[in-house]
Parts: sequence; C-alpha cells; structure tokens
Amino acid sequence: MKDFANLFTTLDQTTRTSLKTQALAAYFTDAADTDKLWTIALFSGRRPKRAVTTTQLREWAAEKAGVPLWLLEESYPIVGDLAETIALILPEAAATSDLPLSHWINTLRALSNVPPEERKHQILAAWDQLDATERFLFNKLITGGFRIGVSQKLMTRALAQATGQDEASLAHRLMGGWTPDTTTYHALIEAEDKAADLSRPYPFYLAYQLDDTPDALGDPADWQAEWKWDGIRGQLILRAGEHHIWSRGEELITDRFPELARAKDFLPDGTVLDGEIVTWDGTAPMSFNTLQSRIGRKTVPKKLLKDAPVILLAYDLLEENGQDLRGTPLRERRAHLDKLLANLPPDAPLKPSAPIPFTNWQSLSDTRAKSREMRAEGLMLKRLDSPYLAGRKKGDWWKWKLDPLTIDAVMIYAQQGHGRRANLFTDFTFAVWQGNDLVPFTKAYSGLTDVEFTQITAWVRKNTLQRFGPVRQVRPEHVFEIAFEGIFESPRHKSGVALRFPRMARWRHDKPVAEANTLDDLRAILTAYA
Amino acid sequence: MRAPVLTFTDRGIFCPAGGFHIDPWRPVDRALITHGHADHARPGHGHYLATQQAAPVIRHRLGNIVIDTIRYGETLRIGDAAVSFHPAGHIPGSAQIRVAVAGEVWVVSGDYKVAPDGLSEPFEPLPCHSFITECTFGLPVFKWPDQAKVARDLNAWWAGNAAAGKTALLGAYSLGKAQRLMKMLNTDIGPLLTHGAVEATNAVLRAQGYTLPDTQQVTPDLRIKDHPGALVIAPPAALGTPWARKLGASSTGFASGWMRLRGVRRRRAADRGFVLSDHADWDGLLSAIRTTGAENIYATHGYTDIFARALTEMGWNAQVVPTQFGGDEDSAEEAAA
Repeated sequence: MKDFANLFTTLDQTTRTSLKTQALAAYFTDAADTDKLWTIALFSGRRPKRAVTTTQLREWAAEKAGVPLWLLEESYPIVGDLAETIALILPEAAATSDLPLSHWINTLRALSNVPPEERKHQILAAWDQLDATERFLFNKLITGGFRIGVSQKLMTRALAQATGQDEASLAHRLMGGWTPDTTTYHALIEAEDKAADLSRPYPFYLAYQLDDTPDALGDPADWQAEWKWDGIRGQLILRAGEHHIWSRGEELITDRFPELARAKDFLPDGTVLDGEIVTWDGTAPMSFNTLQSRIGRKTVPKKLLKDAPVILLAYDLLEENGQDLRGTPLRERRAHLDKLLANLPPDAPLKPSAPIPFTNWQSLSDTRAKSREMRAEGLMLKRLDSPYLAGRKKGDWWKWKLDPLTIDAVMIYAQQGHGRRANLFTDFTFAVWQGNDLVPFTKAYSGLTDVEFTQITAWVRKNTLQRFGPVRQVRPEHVFEIAFEGIFESPRHKSGVALRFPRMARWRHDKPVAEANTLDDLRAILTAYA
Repeated sequence: MRAPVLTFTDRGIFCPAGGFHIDPWRPVDRALITHGHADHARPGHGHYLATQQAAPVIRHRLGNIVIDTIRYGETLRIGDAAVSFHPAGHIPGSAQIRVAVAGEVWVVSGDYKVAPDGLSEPFEPLPCHSFITECTFGLPVFKWPDQAKVARDLNAWWAGNAAAGKTALLGAYSLGKAQRLMKMLNTDIGPLLTHGAVEATNAVLRAQGYTLPDTQQVTPDLRIKDHPGALVIAPPAALGTPWARKLGASSTGFASGWMRLRGVRRRRAADRGFVLSDHADWDGLLSAIRTTGAENIYATHGYTDIFARALTEMGWNAQVVPTQFGGDEDSAEEAAA
C-alpha cells in the first residue's frame, strides 16, 4: 500500500499533467503485476465489490475514535468526503504495514464470506496498521469514487510510456467489460490481441465545443454538418452473431435497448456503428424526457417499449467486415455507412443521421437556429477528411450548440459541496415568482467562479434563515441567470416543469429580487419549446 | 441576581462592572484587545489596552490610536473588575484576558494554541469559572502533526526546489504564521525573501526584541536570479498575482490548519499544503478547557454549534456566543488559520 499511497500523494500534490504522467509511468514500471492491474481498474472506475456498508464504516470509526456518531456525521460535510472524514477522525495507527495494495483489496473481497462481527474486526485491524493517506485510500476502496485528477487518457498515456506500446491500441484494450477477476495484467496489457473480447468497443471520439462562429474553420466544402441529437451516444457492435451496445461512459447498455437487437437482421457481422440512441415517434425524435424514462431501466416493460421506442441514428462506421475503418477519412466512412443503411425497411431500429447540405456558414447558421424544432441541441461539424480519433481532440470535430434558454431566478436554499468544494456553499435551489410566493423549480451547482462561490458562501453563512439538516434556507436576496438546454412538463415537481442541464450563467448583481422571472414566464418557455 | 461578569452584545463581549469591551467589532469607548489580527483589533475605538508585546503591531496596523499597555500577569483594576492578560500562544504578544469581579473569574481565550511554537509566549492555562473559547478547528477531524515533522517536510520541499533551480513560494499570514515559519526553516538551504507586508511586520517584531532569521524584502528592483534557491514568504492573497509571477519558475506551498482537508488543499491549487495552525486542534481545545476547571463554556469563532453540542454531551454547561459572523468561520480566516 505504501507505493500506491506514495503514487497517490504525488498525483494529489501536483496539478501538472506531465508530472502526473511521469509518476504513473514510474509506478507502472516498478509495481507488481497484481497491483498494476488493480491500479488500472481503480483509475478506470472499477472497484472491489462493497462488502461493508458505509453506515457500518461510520459507526465503527466513531466508536474507535471515541466520538459520538452525530459528530462524525457533522464533520463529513465540512471535510466533504466520507473516506477522508473517517481517515482523519481515527486515532493514529498503532503499527505500520508493508503489505501491497492487492493484499488490502483481497482482504476487502474476502469480507463477504466472513461473519459480520469478523468483518468489523478486520476493518479495525486494517485501520490500525495504515497511516492517514493509506487509510484514506483503503476507505476509498470501499466507498468508491477514485477521483484524483487522473483521467483514463492520462493513465493510458502513462501506461504507454511504461510499456512502450501504442497509446491508441492500449486505450482500446482498456475498453470493455473486464474486471481484475476476469483478466490478468499480462492478458489485458501485454498478451497478443487474438483472444480480444469480441464485445470490446472503440474509444469514442469526442468533439470540442465551438464557442465562436465557424468562419475560422475555413472552406465549408471541407466540412460535413449533422444535427446534434439530444439522446445517448452509443456504439453498436455486431460481431460473431452477437450484438453489444456501449455508452460513452463505457457502460454496457445492451439489455436496456432490446429494440436494437434487430439490427442483426439487417446488418452483416463485423459491423460497428457510432450514433445517437433516441426515442422515435416514427418520423422524428421524441423529447429527451421520454428517453429519460428508458435510461435508468435495466429491463423494460412492454408498455414503455411501445410508448418510448428507441432507434439508433447512426453517423459513423468504425468497422466493416471486421476491418477497422477508423484510419480512413470521414468522407469514405460516410459513403460506406450510407450504402450499408440504404434500403432498410422503415421499421428497422436504425437510420442514418443524414448530413445537412449547406453551401456557406451563414446559411448553416440559419439552419442551426431551427435546431429546437428538430429536437436537436445544435449542429455537429466534422471535417470530411478526418480519421476517427480517440478521446477529445481539437480540430476535426466541433459541436456547435444552440445558445441555452435562460431565466432569472432567486436563490432560496443552499447546501455545501463535496470534494474540492467541501466547506463551500455550491449547491443551490432556485425559485421564480408566483404572485407573492417563490416557487422552487430547479437546482444548479455549476457556472460560478471559485471567487464567486467564496463570496456567496460568506453571504450564506450570515443570511441563513433556517436549517434543514445540511440544507439552509437563505434570505431571498440574490438573482441568478439560470441557463438550460431544455424544459419539460413534470408533475413530480412543484413548479410543474423540469429543466435539462441547468446551471448558473450569471450572478445578476444588477437585478432586484422583485424583478426575477415568474412561473408564467417559465411556462411560456415550456409552451414554446417542449 | 448579580449581572454576569461578561455579557454578549451586538458590539462584542462587554464587562458591565468595568465598562469595557473585549475585541469589539464596532467602535466602543474602551477596548481590551487580545491580539493584533484584523478580526480582533479593529479601528475606531476610543481607548485600546493590549499587552506590551502586542501593542506595537496594533499601532502599526491601526495608525494613530490611543493605546495603553499592560505586562503579562499584571493586574489592573477597571471599575469593579480586576483584569489581567496571560499568554495565549497564538502569535507573539497574543493574550487571554482574565476578568474577575467579586471573586468570580471569567477568561476570554482570544485565539490560542496549546503547543509551544518556538516564537509566541507559550499558552498559560488559567483556572476560571467561565471560559469563552474560540473553536476555529473544533471538530475531531482536526489534529495537528508535530511541529518538528512539519519543519522537516517544509525544509525537504524547499531543498528539493532549490536543487531543481526553483523558487519556493510559501503563502502564510503576515503576522504570526510568517515569523513562526521563518524560525522553522533551515536557512542553510538558501536565502529567505519576504513580501513587503511580511517584512513590515518583521521590522516591528525585531524592534521589540523578537529574534528572527535574516530576511530580505522582494522590492521592484530585486532580481530573483541573484537569489538562487530562495524561499519567499508572502501573504496568501499575493499568490497567483503578477507580483508572484515575477518570481519566475516557482513551487507554491501553503501553511494552514485547513491544509488538513484535501478539498481545501485542492481548492488552493498550491503545489504543497503544510498542516500548520496557530489555533488549537480538537485535542488542544479539549485539554485547554479541561485545565481551566470551568463549568461554563462559551464557544465562539468556528463550528460553534457543533462544538458546544459536543461539550454539552461531555458534561459541560456549554453555549454558543452569538457573533456577527453568524456562528461559522468566515472565509477570510481560512487564510489566517
């Protein structure tokens, strides 16, 4: 655990990517294979199965520290992380340990097979031989969420440095449904690729946001424009008679969208498509709200399949006849895609996301203005001679989103954030006027600068009217411009509406509370766009 | 029933028997000041009283004020109250203020820490009936590492930067923390440079007889190239400004009790956080409270609600002092603590 803790400390102490990569590469060169495998797993969002509950952890830690449980609970929002709160509150360890990361992970995994009282004993014993950092990491193994400023991309680069392998092919190897139980470091990273998991997706190519007009992109003839659909990005894989669907977050979502199984009936084996999963009314996408009803469900009831059927709007062909097409220009991939999807029957669960013809940027800008009517968020611009790259790369793919909808609202509740935002008020509830009442309609967490969060935090502390656990009701004094991407009818909310991706666009210091928008204003937006 | 020895008003802590306030936040006629930090020594009072050691800095900060001084341990009668100042161990010259009226003793802690820091007059436990205690770090997650260990980490960080040809830039409050750090640093590693705000305080303290290592102020004509391997101490607000960028390739460090929390460390975006506070940690607060033998504890400055509730459960008669800060620590103090 010491090596892993040292790695963590180095990563945590710097904000420089080069130093992080260097530290990770050194670790991947020196550590034991089992530790390396687990490190890769942890930094790519995989963790051992949770054998004890966080409630148990809290109780045991409070008991061991000799403080009442409520005091630990009160400390938690101030520290902002449960694993850290526990690590800090425990008395200093009586001993030290040289056992490796994999030992502690195996200890945790073995816990599910021992009686409850023994579980407590083993956790307490572990705490008593780990220093504060090691303890924090040990707790993190249980509570999950290893967010320490190491992206998968950065880890892959370090791994490439340490192994001398190509970064893109490593990124591909790390995709898919492996866990440290189903593979070894050798099989995952070093072995010949022949036995590669047939379900393995390609890393998604992600677009950058275009903040300006596209004039700087040069000749419109070099570019393809498509609608930027408001759905779920998905990769459909047809190999060896099976189909698999991956989300952009590398989650296997095959079973959530059973309609797409029929893709096998229309497309040959050895095909991989990139596209957007949307709910479809037969001629056009339905609202994102409809898709929302499908997202959380692992199994889908018949009625929902009928009310909110999905299709894949395909916009790229990554593999054809088992051949990786990612190196060929978009122009060619597109031609193959169109050919492949031509003449599909109307009830096929996939369609091409057709390019939008345009001759100059101005006419395209006019088209973009109609995005909401098309139930799109804006446009995608893709360079016609671009290969399909991995991850977010600047230059060839741009998302040119519509300007968000906005409304001026009053802050009425505030809550402290987590992690880096611990001890700062960053999570707010906003309201609009209905007569003389303020009706809450959304929460928002992002959009302010650190300086603004510090200012509003000081203000919240002095202007709290009432506390409800961690939530504080504050004096209705501040108006914020709330930006959002969409608005839906929602009977679950008091205001009757739900917003998509709300955030704080501006702190309206200039606007008195009385001049904030009303519920009628919000409903007018609903009528216009939903 | 007799009036309490001390009461809590919208101007701050007040002694009816003596007609004076302690660390008031609005202008009053007569103010007893525990120490020179801005949230305790405010401008605009008619008369000030502070320790001999604290007065020069207060004068330096507040300009033309009427200030009397008192020796540590000396008793002064003000009206019907007997008043004395005793070391609080927070910064040089800092005091707890003891007020006795007709045999009943109250102590106002001001800011304090229990462990000696090698610079400030060490904390003196004072038996009393009622103790008004700060609790900036009044949560069990706050426990300070040994100062000697922090000194080793600091010097290793400095030496590493010096070896890499980088300037080490250390953010610390200019009164107290900065000078404490100077005494912890090993000046064999390289030259010690200071921001003007720190150097001005150094000059005041040196003139009083506090021994500090040699320092040189970073003036507009100073060329950092002429001072290889330097460590620069500056107030937190100077970090990330054009002034700091002039120091060239530098590694930034930050010394504060808040560095105990990873979230705050990350928010500060300093390269290194050193856990070093001039306030008592959880164990320090509890041991100080225990040694006073006081029955009544008043919690102020910090997580007062939580701290008072914990003390109540431990058997004290504990209450929260209402302050203008609404009970929580205020973010300006985050830098100072």
